[in-house]
Amino acid sequence: MYRIAVLGDYDSIYGFATLGLEIFPVSDPEYGAAQLKRLAEGDYAIIYITESLAAELEKEISKYREVMKPAIILIPGVTGNTGAGITGVKKSVEQAVGSDILFGGN
Amino acid sequence: MASTVVNPTRMELTRLKKKLVTATRGHKLLKDKRDELMRQFLDMVKENMALREKVEAGIKAANTNFVIAKAGMSEQTLHTALMAPKQEVKLELSDRNVMSVDIPVFECKTKSADENDIYSYGFAFTSGDLDDAVKSLSDILPDMLKLAEIEKSCQLLSAEIEKTRRRVNALEHVIIPDTKAGIKYISMKLDENERSTQVRLMKVKDMMLEEAHHYKENQFK
Repeated sequence: MYRIAVLGDYDSIYGFATLGLEIFPVSDPEYGAAQLKRLAEGDYAIIYITESLAAELEKEISKYREVMKPAIILIPGVTGNTGAGITGVKKSVEQAVGSDILFGGN
Repeated sequence: MASTVVNPTRMELTRLKKKLVTATRGHKLLKDKRDELMRQFLDMVKENMALREKVEAGIKAANTNFVIAKAGMSEQTLHTALMAPKQEVKLELSDRNVMSVDIPVFECKTKSADENDIYSYGFAFTSGDLDDAVKSLSDILPDMLKLAEIEKSCQLLSAEIEKTRRRVNALEHVIIPDTKAGIKYISMKLDENERSTQVRLMKVKDMMLEEAHHYKENQFK
């Protein structure tokens, strides 16, 4: 049985606790990196992470890109959508096709 | 090209011919694999994009609701209300095989049987806005899980496609031409050897005949 974690600043994620997801409030990136590593090695199959925190942990996240567990999914935080999640999807198209032929440009 | 260092022997020729057959077959198979992976990937990534847009819009709306809820009550009350979650979500992880890539399939199980059992507080001291906020977030949870599944699958597939594409290209542009060049080089060399043996034999035969019959001496008699 696996669990779901939500990582990010407290204001963006406290609502998820009511749904039964486990929230891990993180304020500085260094602590975030350690927390992410701990969660990824633990039994969490999905880790939702706010875009603003993910921007600072790019290296750590890319390590888990090609393994099946955990799935690290970016979600917009309370401060707004930075478009990092969409960029991630475009990145996989680019990796597969060679250039972004589907959602190009915008 | 690297093929200049092959040994021009029949054994090497047979080996290279076998290699060419395997490489051509492998190339065809890998090309088919790449095409099929690509087809699946394109379908999936379109779904991924649509889901992501939906989830992002949903989370944005939920966040707005939470801000409104927060405005209507004191921070302490809010924290107390959300302190002890009632619901718990567990995931069953299985995998599905798509062209030898394992992609995850998540099955979600909630602790209490009633999925709507999400309000972890009494309604007396909290505002109705909080209920709305929690509800809006709970409505997008299934989509969020689906998004996690699809997005991970897309990442895994794209990595596999990249690998397969490299293999196809290496076979098509390096291994197959090199092997063909090697085969050509060896067969030319062997033909050349054969011709020179033939010529040598003819020459030797001439010399032996000359020795036996002395044609040149008898020529002018």
